[in-house]
Amino acid sequence: MNTPTAIIEGKQLSIGYTTGRHRHIVHEELCFRLLPGELTCLLGANGSGKSTLLRTLAAAQSPLSGQLELLGKPISAYSERERSRHIGVVLTDKTQTGGLSVYDLVALGRQPHTGFFGRLRAADHQKVEQALAAVGIADKAWCYTAELSDGERQKAMIAKALVQECPLILLDEPTAFLDVVSRIEIMHLLHRLAAEEHRAILLSTHDIDLALVLADRLWLLRKEKGMQCGVTEDLILSGALDQLFPHPDILFDRMHGVYSPAVKGRRSIRLRAADETLLHWTQNALNRHHFLCLPYDKEGSDHLPLLEVWSPCRLELHTVNGFRSFTSFESLLEHAGHFATDV
Amino acid sequence: MKPTASFYYITLSLWVCLLFAANLLAGAVDIPATEVIRILCGEAPAKAGWGFIVWESRVPQAVTALLCGASLSVCGLLLQTVFSNPLADASILGISSGASLGVALVLLAGGGSMAGGALAWSGFLSVIAGAFIGSVMVMGLILFLSTLIRNSVMLLIIGIMIGYVTSSAISLLNFFATAEGVHSFVIWGLGNFSGISLRQLPLFTAVIVIGLAAAVLLIKPLNALLLGPRYAENLGINLQRTRHLLLLTTGWLTAVTTAFCGPIAFIGLAVPHIARLLTGTSNHNTLLPVTLLAGSATALMCNLICLLPGEWGVIPLNAVTPLLGAPVILYVIIRQRKLHYFN
Repeated sequence: MNTPTAIIEGKQLSIGYTTGRHRHIVHEELCFRLLPGELTCLLGANGSGKSTLLRTLAAAQSPLSGQLELLGKPISAYSERERSRHIGVVLTDKTQTGGLSVYDLVALGRQPHTGFFGRLRAADHQKVEQALAAVGIADKAWCYTAELSDGERQKAMIAKALVQECPLILLDEPTAFLDVVSRIEIMHLLHRLAAEEHRAILLSTHDIDLALVLADRLWLLRKEKGMQCGVTEDLILSGALDQLFPHPDILFDRMHGVYSPAVKGRRSIRLRAADETLLHWTQNALNRHHFLCLPYDKEGSDHLPLLEVWSPCRLELHTVNGFRSFTSFESLLEHAGHFATDV
Repeated sequence: MKPTASFYYITLSLWVCLLFAANLLAGAVDIPATEVIRILCGEAPAKAGWGFIVWESRVPQAVTALLCGASLSVCGLLLQTVFSNPLADASILGISSGASLGVALVLLAGGGSMAGGALAWSGFLSVIAGAFIGSVMVMGLILFLSTLIRNSVMLLIIGIMIGYVTSSAISLLNFFATAEGVHSFVIWGLGNFSGISLRQLPLFTAVIVIGLAAAVLLIKPLNALLLGPRYAENLGINLQRTRHLLLLTTGWLTAVTTAFCGPIAFIGLAVPHIARLLTGTSNHNTLLPVTLLAGSATALMCNLICLLPGEWGVIPLNAVTPLLGAPVILYVIIRQRKLHYFN
């Protein structure tokens, strides 16, 4: 089977800024490609160069060196108008579109395709309606943009990018400032659109948990250490995410796909639980109280207290001093100080 | 449901016609309406002087008011969109102060005179040139600063400062100028639509119509600019070129109107808001034509109010425009949250 053609491909790309004679390189030797039908999430700490990379891909700033090809042709060979038909963006910029209807706002995305006065033809109207339906705000078409919630406004901007009919859509933190429901909706929507409309979608985000669930690929950007690209699971299981944030007290939990502060355990305890969920949350509670949790059958740890959790209201603690039963985490944790064995 | 755009076009056109007719009928000298119509039809007037009054004073004045109102309002709209600021207009941003300084240099330093609007041809051209250079220089300075300073309130303050600096420069010029020069400059500064004779009218009309046509041609990029510069760029708009065209258009229109009619305040600021309140949209496809028509109607109305004292004399234009403009601005500021246009 042929590998599908990349929508955009970077080879030995250096990105950064030129101010006067001074060249400030943010990243060098970047190699990457985006494929149609895939949702890619760009992850990285603040200041790792995500925005610079997105701006370079959107051709809003030129690469310092290397090749950047859009559909097999250097991006610099495209005219502004051609480019606007190939790359659509959703930004975090403040707009003054409050006085436009949602329909008018989305219709602005047709500008690369309309004539000198931007008149919409029947086909344009049809595309706007389709896009409004695709992002699920067709019922809001004639509301003012100012009346939309933040999530709906983001959907409208995505619809704007859709009607641009670009094979590549770049989004700069589309889930920032949104509540949980909107975040999930937006990410899910983008995942669906990538697959259904066969577009390459790249977004930068800090919502790592969602990215790990919905991204087909991840781009991990680390300051001065380049970028790792790959299918989400490959990267997780190879330990690439462990080093994404170079901070000694932040650890990646491969099992649950979350970052958490390192456990500074002063005390140890053996733990046994009826199921995975109970095990996870018991560990969570104990970690927060500075316990290191060990498996109950770990060799040479018989002297440590053992906590057996059979259900959320049946927690049994075995210590050298005897046995005690608790009916809730609250009562267990109140006694946390007493059953500790310092190591 | 809001009435359609064509409803506003027709209603406003009717208003413009009505007010235009009223301007022809009203004046310091009481001429019966039937006489005015007869004179306009080319028949001999009942009194010798009446023909001159109608053709040399009333017709040019009404046409000038119509054109100046349109161009001041359109300038205000363009500037409000470009600077994303509801309080932008040629006078607040110091553009008309720049034009004033240019005119002052010609009238005061050059010792020219504009008494009675009968300016010699060369003086006439040098006044326009002075106004144009002054306004385009200030506009260019402000556009340059707007790329450095993102905060639009700061930009307005800079505009106001430019206004102060130019007025102090003008005061200095006044100090050294001849009494005749000072007199004609003060008269010019009060603002009036009677500075153009019938002979100059065709040229003036052509110049304004060119500027207005340029504004109409900018409708598509103006709509894109509602999304902010980065989105506009992504939609294929050449920012640099669009900014330059906007600079030239507003500079041109402001220069011409200011040179002939003096620095007229508030029409450019208030009329775009009136148009937004009427149409309920920020979409320039309808907003720009409605602003243009509403501007003409407003200016004709103001001119009519100036003529109210009849044989007692004429009220200076700049005494009337704030009375109409200021309440509109106050209303917009107080109801800002409800009106959406700049959210």
